[in-house]
Amino acid sequence: MSISRRTLLRNTAALGAFAGAGLPHIWNKNADLTYAAGGDIKVGVLFSLTGGLSIIEKSLHDATMMAISEINAAGGVKGMKISAIAEDGASDPKTYNEKASKLVIQDKVPTVFGSYTSASRKAVLPVFEKRNNLYFYPTYYEGFECSKNVVYTGAVPNQQLSNFIPWIIKTLGKKKFFIVGSNYIYPREMAKVSKILIEKNGGEWIADEYLELGHSEWGSMVNKIKGSGCDVVLSNVVGDSVVAFYREYKNQGLTHDKLPICATVTSEIEIAAMGAEYAVGSYTSFPYFQAIDTDRNKAFVERYRAFVKDPKAVTHHALESSYFQVFLWKQAVEKAAEITPAAIRDAVKGQEFDAPNGHVKIDPDNLHTYLTPRIAQWLPDGQGKIIDAYKEPTIPLPYVAYGETPTNLFCTGKGLDTVKLKT
Amino acid sequence: MLEVLFIGLSLGSILLLVALGLAITYGAMGVINMAHGEMVMVGAYVTVLSGIWLGTNIFVAIPLAFIVTALLGLLIERVVVRKLYGRLLDTLLATWGIAILIQQAVRLEFGLSFLGIHVQGLGPGLQNVSVPSFLQGTFSILGADINRYRTFIILVTAILALMTWFIIYRTAIGMQVRAIIRNPKMAAACGIDVSRVNALTFAFGSGLAGVAGVMMSGFKTVFPDMGTSMVVDGFLVVVMGGVGSLLGSVLSAGILGEINGLVAAATNDILARAVVFGVVIAIIVLRPKGLFALKGR
Repeated sequence: MSISRRTLLRNTAALGAFAGAGLPHIWNKNADLTYAAGGDIKVGVLFSLTGGLSIIEKSLHDATMMAISEINAAGGVKGMKISAIAEDGASDPKTYNEKASKLVIQDKVPTVFGSYTSASRKAVLPVFEKRNNLYFYPTYYEGFECSKNVVYTGAVPNQQLSNFIPWIIKTLGKKKFFIVGSNYIYPREMAKVSKILIEKNGGEWIADEYLELGHSEWGSMVNKIKGSGCDVVLSNVVGDSVVAFYREYKNQGLTHDKLPICATVTSEIEIAAMGAEYAVGSYTSFPYFQAIDTDRNKAFVERYRAFVKDPKAVTHHALESSYFQVFLWKQAVEKAAEITPAAIRDAVKGQEFDAPNGHVKIDPDNLHTYLTPRIAQWLPDGQGKIIDAYKEPTIPLPYVAYGETPTNLFCTGKGLDTVKLKT
Repeated sequence: MLEVLFIGLSLGSILLLVALGLAITYGAMGVINMAHGEMVMVGAYVTVLSGIWLGTNIFVAIPLAFIVTALLGLLIERVVVRKLYGRLLDTLLATWGIAILIQQAVRLEFGLSFLGIHVQGLGPGLQNVSVPSFLQGTFSILGADINRYRTFIILVTAILALMTWFIIYRTAIGMQVRAIIRNPKMAAACGIDVSRVNALTFAFGSGLAGVAGVMMSGFKTVFPDMGTSMVVDGFLVVVMGGVGSLLGSVLSAGILGEINGLVAAATNDILARAVVFGVVIAIIVLRPKGLFALKGR
């Protein structure tokens, strides 16, 4: 079929008429109808259920689903049930982006809960910023981000390191740091913050080394650690590399009582994967550990195990954040005048909740979460013994590596102050 | 310095362990077996499962993994590879497909997970194998602390390499294999049952990969994707050593391992990996047939 000028004109006119008819619907003033049709509130749940990261992300997915089912069992939100639309990010940032677009545009959800890696969060960020939608991100991450479309409920560097580094220097009495990590943005930003804190507290760092993400040959690196003269190892190693690292460490004759590994990523799930005997005596800093000795946390662990039908399942920091952030969202929806992403975002500011780790609160400025830093030493049963904890939750500072302090915030409700960042 | 050299040797032995089976299937049969890494993975899972369900240790797993992966290799040869001899690219694609099938079979617990049945030790999660305590830690030689488990891997690799050499160069069936490497048609004309020998060779190569998997399970994480990266390293060794040459594979594994270890000690691991790839490229440019090429007629 050849396209004549006449048919082209006619078709264009028809398209214009169609678009004209369609637009008022999109610009519906009563947006509640779009986001909460049929007595249900739809939300997106976006984690990798397949691929290399599915091992960890499946547990975040499960915790999110568990929170949703608990809220529904208790009567839902504003009398409406939450209906979750789960998508699979397939451990691939590009798939994450496509699925996020699908959830936001086609399913018209007012909020999506998702992502474990920074790479997948960065991949979906444009979708949420362009459509002014809302994303809840449960993982500890490197900071250096200020978006009014993301609520961050995991720890940022100051909540994992501000307590950890001074504690290592003062309580453990270790002063020479060997910093080791996987070669990508999170470990490198963590190293940046660590170095500032080490120097401020009178320690020194003698090496800052990286290995490819997913690399599991640690022979040379551990030998280098041995010959470096350091007295503590600060590990930002991520993923299954963690397992090979701790195993090689023990097999080269290093022990955690003389030269401890102090880690920011090694959680219950990695300890279970490596075999607890390799980590006994090493330390990790997180706001949440399965071993937190409160009735609320014990009940949470029991409920999670029943939910996934695995009596040995472990809980960890990102999993716990995946759980409590749904409750913060619920409170925000109840407070909001209407169910739109913008209204929920405004209502979530300052929301507080008694999570399994303790009291949490969303910072009204940067939409990050007040969390309680804790340090644990790993025991032979694969659980952490909490040996140091802040008395109360501490303020999240995503730009701490660039000079952000509680009295001089870089990221506020108005967005990122780029002038402060440059100076 | 002794420790650095030892780590180089250990890296070389791990490379050889994976490459040994490939040297046989690729070298002798001209099959690019992309499923070789998955054989390693299956071997590792045999170790995990036998530990959980039979309560046995890593030593029992060695013969067990050899048998399981050899039978699996035999099956693959009979069903797929046999029909594709002489079609290099087709074997590459077919075995890659098989690799994906095996990976997913383990991840989905052979389909049982659809029925809600969970087999402990299978599935997408990370698994681990506990190593007997006398293989953990170090012992001292000349003031250097030597890693026991790595020493164990070097010993096992040496035994497997010697065994392979003995079978290929000192037995009747080995002679037939070598005849097929040189010229399959001529070998068939001399009365060698080429298809039977090929099937056995493929099974043996797969069995070696299974033993490699047992060794890997002791110090790496066991998960369904673990074999994928190993097969690349294996091909590097075989191509650099010269296709069909056992001695070539042994030497190239040793050289690459030591280069990796020394460069990593002097600079860092990321650069070491780049240097290794650079050396392999230089060698196949300068000597396209590898270090030890067979002189064909």
